[in-house]
Amino acid sequence: MAARRLKDNALTIYSILSLVVIAIPLLHIIATTLINGAQSLTPEFFTSLPKPPGEEGGGVANAIQGTAILVALTMLISVPAALLTAIYLSEFPESRLRDLIRLLNDTFMGTPSIVAGVFAYTLLVTKFGFSALAGAFALSVLAVPMMVKTMEEALKLVPTDIREAGLSLGIRHWRVVTSIVLRTAMPAIASGVLLTVARISGETAPLLFTAFGNPNFATGILEPVSALPLMIYVYAISPYPDWHRKAWGASLVLMIAVLTINLITKYKLRRR
Amino acid sequence: MKRARGDRVFWLLAFFSSLSVIVMFTLLFYELLSNSVPIWKDGMSFITGMVWDPLKGLFGAFPFIYGTLLTATFAILLSTFLGVGIAIFLSEIAPSSLRVIISSIIELIAAIPSVIIGLWGIFVLAPFVRDNLQPLLQHLSFIPLFSGKTLSGLSMLTAILVLTFMVTPIVAAIAREALLMVPEDLKEALYSLGATRYEVVRHVCIPYARQGIFGGVILGYGRALGETMAVTMVIGNTPSISASILNPGYTMAAVIANEFTEATGDVYLSALIGIALLLLLISLAVNLVGRMIVWKWQQEG
Repeated sequence: MAARRLKDNALTIYSILSLVVIAIPLLHIIATTLINGAQSLTPEFFTSLPKPPGEEGGGVANAIQGTAILVALTMLISVPAALLTAIYLSEFPESRLRDLIRLLNDTFMGTPSIVAGVFAYTLLVTKFGFSALAGAFALSVLAVPMMVKTMEEALKLVPTDIREAGLSLGIRHWRVVTSIVLRTAMPAIASGVLLTVARISGETAPLLFTAFGNPNFATGILEPVSALPLMIYVYAISPYPDWHRKAWGASLVLMIAVLTINLITKYKLRRR
Repeated sequence: MKRARGDRVFWLLAFFSSLSVIVMFTLLFYELLSNSVPIWKDGMSFITGMVWDPLKGLFGAFPFIYGTLLTATFAILLSTFLGVGIAIFLSEIAPSSLRVIISSIIELIAAIPSVIIGLWGIFVLAPFVRDNLQPLLQHLSFIPLFSGKTLSGLSMLTAILVLTFMVTPIVAAIAREALLMVPEDLKEALYSLGATRYEVVRHVCIPYARQGIFGGVILGYGRALGETMAVTMVIGNTPSISASILNPGYTMAAVIANEFTEATGDVYLSALIGIALLLLLISLAVNLVGRMIVWKWQQEG
């Protein structure tokens, strides 16, 4: 009996310790970012351009603009593509082709983010140079498979009865899908889109040699742009203490944005 | 037939969008393969080559393959151990009021961008490894695994830890889902026979959820293999093949991130694109296996 109780206690200790061992560093990351980041958050930080290396002051306005452009452009490319693909997978009859597309899409979800960057480089940058568009393309390679997956799941949750009711009233198939099925699935689809926004706005690797970075505001999508994660990386590995402080500040901004989006989708959009 | 025109256009739009998945997939492989042609001329010697010295024109990818597999494998071993522990806590041990809170916090933390974890790795974890872990592990320096040291703390050990922190939440989340699918009556049956919680977990929960947990582990492994930023920032970026995790190393993703924009000459660039192709193949294979396991398990469940 003693041995059995000992094993039982060992299991409890093991499981609690596992949680503690992982929780401490992860909470430490959040706390450090909060404390170090809060010091650099001044109005200037949000509104001005970076100063040259070594010079104090300046801000990350170009990176905030860049991230906004990249995320918007990526969504413009990938939401329609993913939605139509998900509709094809869920609203049309089963076929071999559909199984293949589903398999490839699932496989695509394992693409390392840096490889998406190399792909965009060989396909676009070698022809048109570094640009926001190339960066958005690289991000779309990551975004589309994620969204197809969540959107297809969202569409599948809509009861078949609703579709049949619509069709039996003589409503055309495309109208049934767009005004009945999509409307019903909208909260789940929106949460999938928002989670993808959160995911890609923190991506750095695909942007290194596509969006490339830009010390000024971008004036068009065919120019290089900066981005918050890109700036965090460059500043973190630089030798300047002032840039390190800025990297923490940018991290705080990015972290708050990403966690807020996650919280919103979790508590507002997910119906349980 | 005219009535159906809207439907036909709708079908065409959906059909061609989904074809784009196939087109992109083919294009991805085509681009990586055609742009890395020069480096495959010597065939396997690119993969098995031990020396990476672009200045001398030597392009051996093995140090990166080694570093990638070593860090990801150690990380997934740690993550499996810790992730399963967390999942058991969340599904069997924690009071129900805590379960939802803790698992949502873990989910949230998994969403933190890897570049932020890398930043923390440089300024917090690397000094901690240098000042605390490294002196501790050097007592074990008779084991080759712990025989080296760094002045900066930027080492394979630091990369392994960073990867463990990033992958454990993923493993824990999937393992928890798998454990929650264990039928309650099976557990109750064993409890009613006087079994302890350990015995129920050991003889019912783990065997029942094994496949789901394993699928989660494989998915986590795929994530660890392809992780770029956090690893690049803490691994020390030295293309050597060292048995000791206290020495710096390099990974496939990291060398692409670091050297791609400065790669001069066609062979150098094609070598990096070749590494990207290798990394893609490894990650896709691992991911496909993981998804098939999870998928099969969901079908059964």
